Amino acid sequence: MTALAHRQSVLWIAALVHRLSGLALAIFLPFHFLTLGLAIEGEASLEKFLRWSDQPLVKLAESGLIFLLMVHMLGGMRVFLIENLAWHDRQKELAAVAAAVAALVAFILLARIL
Amino acid sequence: MADSRSELTVLLWRGAQEGRYETYKVPSCENQTVLDIVTFVQRHLDPTLSYRFACRVGMCGSCAMTVNGRPRWTCRTHVAAVAKGGRLKIGPLANLPVIKDLATDLRPFFDKWQEAKGAFVPSQTRNDDIARVRPDSAARIAADAAIECINCAICYAACDTVRWNSDYLGPAALNRAWTLLNDERDAGNAERLRAVAASGGCHACHSHQSCQELCPQLLNPTASIAALKRRTMWAYLRGEL
Amino acid sequence: MNVGLYVWQRLTAALMVPLVLLHVVVIFYATRKGLTAADILARTRGSLAWASFYGAFVVAVAVHAAIGVRNVLAEWSPLKSRDAGILAGAFSVLLFLLGGRAVVAVVLP
Repeated sequence: MTALAHRQSVLWIAALVHRLSGLALAIFLPFHFLTLGLAIEGEASLEKFLRWSDQPLVKLAESGLIFLLMVHMLGGMRVFLIENLAWHDRQKELAAVAAAVAALVAFILLARIL
Repeated sequence: MADSRSELTVLLWRGAQEGRYETYKVPSCENQTVLDIVTFVQRHLDPTLSYRFACRVGMCGSCAMTVNGRPRWTCRTHVAAVAKGGRLKIGPLANLPVIKDLATDLRPFFDKWQEAKGAFVPSQTRNDDIARVRPDSAARIAADAAIECINCAICYAACDTVRWNSDYLGPAALNRAWTLLNDERDAGNAERLRAVAASGGCHACHSHQSCQELCPQLLNPTASIAALKRRTMWAYLRGEL
Repeated sequence: MNVGLYVWQRLTAALMVPLVLLHVVVIFYATRKGLTAADILARTRGSLAWASFYGAFVVAVAVHAAIGVRNVLAEWSPLKSRDAGILAGAFSVLLFLLGGRAVVAVVLP
């Protein structure tokens, strides 16, 4: 008996994207730190990893991560606005714009690094 | 609206927490509400169907049910607006224990109302003068914007955070707490603020806004809860909580 | 989630907005010509500025991510609130330690 109808609203999807992007980033972070920590072993270790990450698939993943980071931050700003301004008009449009901006930033990075 | 279908296919939840949807055929008329449909089934097809209603005119909130996935007042929902291809799926309100068929147990809803300190605490007695409350004061305007809640539990049924977090007091209870925080006559606000700042209080809300989207009284519990978040945050930072 | 956790999550979020923006700018700048370890480390080694920047970032994210994970665990997993808090606390410590190690790794001369 699940009610799914109102979960098609843009705002609900925005909240879900916010949560899922946060989860994904949380999972990614320990690996990110471990990678950077390779520098402890010396420059060569880090360099080896960086060259491995030169592959297109990895770069695609990196750009995906930037997207997640941007969309999570923008989603958080959206929540901040709701909680501190209690505004209502045009929320849906702005939520969609926020997602678009995040995607744009990620795409530009991808274009640069590919 | 020309309707070539002479009957509707209606699925109604039968049973309690466990049960199933059973199918009924109901004659289709112009200007039918979903409550009309349920009433027809109970009167003409299956007298064992249990459901709740009272005023039938959109004032009491007793007839709230889940209609095609959304919690609504069935007396104010026209069949024409919701029946897709002549089909309707009607179930009890979500997030509440089902007593039988379409009737739910609202006690958890009201228990949380009490937990949120949603009851007025008087500061004066009958021997005192009537309190003079200016209707255009900022606090009264804030309270009035949220005061028309009739406890129909639609927001509670719509809220995913209620579904995910059994401690969460829910949009209606918190909305009411907000109106009382703005009531200058109320003497219980210190305790009320603590109640809404605790685990399961206003901070559990993720601002999905399903409550605001579906409230038949056009209230905005998300906004009330946001105000509670601000109020409690400042109280916390000042060391008052 | 109570008022204390809420305040810490929102505060660390606010702190991280400029940090994230700067981090993304740094990434864009760093990927201009292809990035080598030597390039990165030449800039970060012995730099108090980078140490402070990324040090603050690690502390903030360790708090922020842990509170978020706590909420998700409490709502989406069968774990009770208390156990979700314990797991999240452990995650916070993990991020703090690994993050601190990463900052040390790139900043120590």
